[in-house]
Amino acid sequence: MAADPGSLVNWSLLALSPPGWGGALLRGFANSLQIALGGYSLGLLLGIGGAFGKLYGGPILRDLMECYTTIVRAVPELVLILLLYYAGTDAINQLLILVGFGTIDISGLVAGIFVIGVVQGAYSTEVLRGAIKAVPAGQIEAARAYGMSPTKVMTRVTLPAMLPYAIPGLSNLWLIATKDTALLAVVGFSELTLVTRQAAGTTKSYLLFFLAAGALYLALTLVSNVFIKMIERRSRRGFVEQS
Amino acid sequence: MTETTTHAMALSPQDLPKASSFFKPHRIFLMLLFATLVFCIAWFMRWDWLPRYLPRLGSGMLVTLAMLFSTAALGFLFAVPLGLVQVTGPRPLKWAASWFCTIIRGTPLLLQLWLLYYGLGSLFPQFPAIRQSFLWPYLRESWPYGVAALTISFAAYEGEVMRGAFAGVPAGELEAGRAYGMSRWTLFRRIWLPRALHRALPTLNGETVLQLKSTPLVATITVVDLYAVISRVRQETFLTYEPLLLLALIYMGLTGLLVIAFKYFENRIPTRGA
Repeated sequence: MAADPGSLVNWSLLALSPPGWGGALLRGFANSLQIALGGYSLGLLLGIGGAFGKLYGGPILRDLMECYTTIVRAVPELVLILLLYYAGTDAINQLLILVGFGTIDISGLVAGIFVIGVVQGAYSTEVLRGAIKAVPAGQIEAARAYGMSPTKVMTRVTLPAMLPYAIPGLSNLWLIATKDTALLAVVGFSELTLVTRQAAGTTKSYLLFFLAAGALYLALTLVSNVFIKMIERRSRRGFVEQS
Repeated sequence: MTETTTHAMALSPQDLPKASSFFKPHRIFLMLLFATLVFCIAWFMRWDWLPRYLPRLGSGMLVTLAMLFSTAALGFLFAVPLGLVQVTGPRPLKWAASWFCTIIRGTPLLLQLWLLYYGLGSLFPQFPAIRQSFLWPYLRESWPYGVAALTISFAAYEGEVMRGAFAGVPAGELEAGRAYGMSRWTLFRRIWLPRALHRALPTLNGETVLQLKSTPLVATITVVDLYAVISRVRQETFLTYEPLLLLALIYMGLTGLLVIAFKYFENRIPTRGA
């Protein structure tokens, strides 16, 4: 057996400068992070709109929201990503032609953020709706009785009061967003998973690169978990501890 | 993952519409609008490829369903010990199980799949012992890697759910069983497992729907499931939307059937009170 474990694994492949693929992996990781952050934020906005639409909207808006969340919850993410990726870029280009501008090349980053955002939007709609329903109705009624406008009720009472109930679900969604970015590898966006596969295919050391990428994803999850614990503890200040 | 998150990501029985809810005026209007849309899609888009690919779509669907049920069943068999060990096991086993769950849940399924298929798949041929074993004909195919990756992932997510479910069974019930002189195995079989399963059932159903939503990933390692058949159609006919729309529709139908089946089973399990 080899006495030196270093000789079994060719660590120089992970070097940051070009003969090694470490730099490319990190760039892919940065792309993944960007998409996850952008998609998650977009999803959160859509989710707030969706949850309020579902709870306080008229019957037609409510049904449309229901269709949106039902479809996203019933169709695999991979299929949705493909559909939205092609349909989204196509629709924008058609629109631009209609208005009179030529077609534009939509960057993979923007398309990826859009796609992950739409999927996350449906999930966070459901999470936020549940959280808003957990807010005691009297608090919202009291705000209305004070004569606050609906937006003021939302920003001053509903959103802050529902936060403690929403944070466990929303933090799970963040972790899911980071992992869903891997699916963009299938449409050819060079995020971490696709870069890893290219590196592995070129150098033929598959295990090394896939394990390295796995370590990056895992590190992201673990670091996120630390922050999530902090946020959770802060948001539950003043709550009765449930043993 | 908590129950609310699973519910947010997967359709569940309480989302099914009631028959009476279809007969509201605005719903009838919306359904008419939707019917027109479906008609336009059927009329103006190209569907002439459909009859030619129907047999292949059928076999693809069988592969998808086989993947779903085999990995959910196998994964569940691993999940019960994973959950149990985290609640009562000796400390090293507890750590091992919880690290296993953390690692699998912390990395994307696609990466795990490719790690198994490309990584292990490229490693196996280097060992003559494996090449000569009876397993070799299977290890050269791609589906065992797909089954392995999906099973491992389901076991990890479900193991976490079962941990919560085992821990949530009231201690008094277990003490009562012990006071009756039940052996540990009888106690587990008659009280602990059934009670935990009962608590975990809604989440379990949701996870199974999520598992269905993960199965198309195996197409990336050349397993010919439903998704792979549709990709083939797209390559051969140069159509973008029609095959994908059909695929989304089929998955919605499968999810719907699965959820209806779960509702049926949930209604058959007696619950006390309201």
